[in-house]
Amino acid sequence: MPNRLELPEQEWRRVSPKLMISELIGTVVFWGLGIVAGFVLLSFEWEWAIWLVVGAAACFVVNAALTSRRVRAYGYQLREDDLVFRRGIMFLRIVAVPYGRMQLVDITRGPLSRALGLSELKFVTAAASTAVTIPGLLEHDAEELRDHLVRVAESRRAGL
Amino acid sequence: MTDLPQGTPEHGTPAAQPAVSPTAVSLTDGEWHRMHPASPLLKGGIALIAILGVVIANLRERLFSIFLPEFSAEGDPVDYVLDNGYIGFALLALAIFLVVLIGAFYVSWRMHSFRITNEVVEVRSGILFRTNRKARLDRIQGINIVRPFFARLFGAAKLEVNQAGADANVQLSYLGSAAADDLRREVLRLASGARDPGASAADSASPAGHLIERRVTELLAPELDPNAAPPESIVKISVLRLIGSIVLSGTTVALLLAIAGAVVSVVVWRNFGLLFTLVPAIIGFGSYYVNRFTKSLRYSIAGTPDGVRVGFGLLSISNETLPPGRIHSVLVSQPLLWRATGWWEIKVNRASQSSVKGASGQANTTIMPVGDRGDVMRVLALLLPKLTDDEMVALLESGMTAKGAPGDGFTNSPKRAAWLRWFSWQRNGFAITPDAVLLRKGAIWRELIVVPNPRVQSVSVSQGPLYRACGLASVHLHTVSGPISAQLGAVDQDTAVDFFRTVAEVTIRAVAADTSHRWRSGEAAT
Repeated sequence: MPNRLELPEQEWRRVSPKLMISELIGTVVFWGLGIVAGFVLLSFEWEWAIWLVVGAAACFVVNAALTSRRVRAYGYQLREDDLVFRRGIMFLRIVAVPYGRMQLVDITRGPLSRALGLSELKFVTAAASTAVTIPGLLEHDAEELRDHLVRVAESRRAGL
Repeated sequence: MTDLPQGTPEHGTPAAQPAVSPTAVSLTDGEWHRMHPASPLLKGGIALIAILGVVIANLRERLFSIFLPEFSAEGDPVDYVLDNGYIGFALLALAIFLVVLIGAFYVSWRMHSFRITNEVVEVRSGILFRTNRKARLDRIQGINIVRPFFARLFGAAKLEVNQAGADANVQLSYLGSAAADDLRREVLRLASGARDPGASAADSASPAGHLIERRVTELLAPELDPNAAPPESIVKISVLRLIGSIVLSGTTVALLLAIAGAVVSVVVWRNFGLLFTLVPAIIGFGSYYVNRFTKSLRYSIAGTPDGVRVGFGLLSISNETLPPGRIHSVLVSQPLLWRATGWWEIKVNRASQSSVKGASGQANTTIMPVGDRGDVMRVLALLLPKLTDDEMVALLESGMTAKGAPGDGFTNSPKRAAWLRWFSWQRNGFAITPDAVLLRKGAIWRELIVVPNPRVQSVSVSQGPLYRACGLASVHLHTVSGPISAQLGAVDQDTAVDFFRTVAEVTIRAVAADTSHRWRSGEAAT
């Protein structure tokens, strides 16, 4: 089997392992709701709902099992002139964005990630398809990264 | 009115009418100027015509009875007014209405002003709700002069300064036709960063002659300012070719399929109800064809020192200038049905969205609706002036038509991708040059995508489970959104990583060297 897509000499900076907790809770809530809905339907004597329960449970197990790998698959790298970001294990995607292309940086915190002290950083360019969103950064790191990005973008400012 | 600045020289003297002055130099002096006096009428024109239409429709019976007394009408408002002796009130109401209307028009004209400095173009408008919009000149994505048919009768035109983003245009509506042309030239000169005003500020000789004669000339001439652009378009689309291209489009295939389906269903299942549901569809198709046809009539494209100028339209004309470096990617494509005739279509991605729809109803992204290979080469030379040497032209040619072979300038997909790209795997590839990235795709629907390096926003490489199993990957160049998505699938994995690295480096270098936001600043310094 051919080896996976990789940029060999890259040393990836990983996101906080605490992201696993919030991802797991998200998985539990989402598929848990599916399982609960299945049981509710079962209580109305809808026999086929057993398959809903089984399916949701299977999805839950697979998702939960892959959570740690998925979180470890997130990575970013601050190179000389651009930001490189990777995510995904099954569907791997690596993006390189020159700093000068930055239009704005967003930091968002949901209630769950705030409880864990995590932030999500979004790097927005003029192209919607760039889609660089780094989840699971420690609050302090996210703010530092944002300030750094704004600073380097300012020194390499370019048009569209 | 009190908020007009003190420095306005024509304050209180509306007779001066600076906006219709033929010399644009006075318009770009950084002072506030007003629009064409007919602007409120032109903007509210359709509503006014509708009101007039209603009034005339109501009066029609009255006119009949005046000229043909044997007809007698009952129950129309005019009768009512006459019968009850309200004629005085009616006339008074009409007079008040007219006075209010004219007053409102006058005030809105007085309150609508614009100014152009070396840095910005700024517009203020509105009576109760004031609007103030300012746009930086070095961020201009295009300048569009629109002449709706109604406005052309008044010799007026709308100048639109396009900025990146949705609803981000500054509209100067309306200006005198000649003033709009002068102003476009001046704004482009200021935006270009050229420091020599003498070169383009040469006084424009307004066409001499009687007013009516001038209007007629303006109505017939495709481009008002022969000094600023070569009068000859580099591509000519004959009416026959235009009709042919529309008839041979994919829409026709869809229409024929729909008709065939309907016929089959009627013959086989005796389902006549379906015929009625088909009627609106056919009307829709018809209006699409007519719309596309009239929008593409009198198409012209020409190069100017300040960018590419594209014009469309028969009755309502739109004429847009795209300065250098405002084109984010170019797609040259050939639908299957055009193969026999050798026609191609060119589309672009651009950051701005014009308020005027271009050919085929899209937001002015179709730069060339139809043309042969020579036309494509001429238009590409305009759109991508850096890609004109022989080697590049050969590369572009091979990108358009070649079947694909190893070592033809493109890095193509490996043989193991053949089961994913049945017909096109030999052709499916990319080429990286110092100025642009070329993606070549499709053997049945041939496509060539050219992305200038300084316009690449970011680059990505991705791989799903299927691609991983065959050691393939897909690459994607991100540009501003538009009809083109510069994506190439089924590339060899290691090649894709090389592509990713090379493009990331090349882009950074190109962006650093790019000066197209002030496209003539370089030559002014030398």
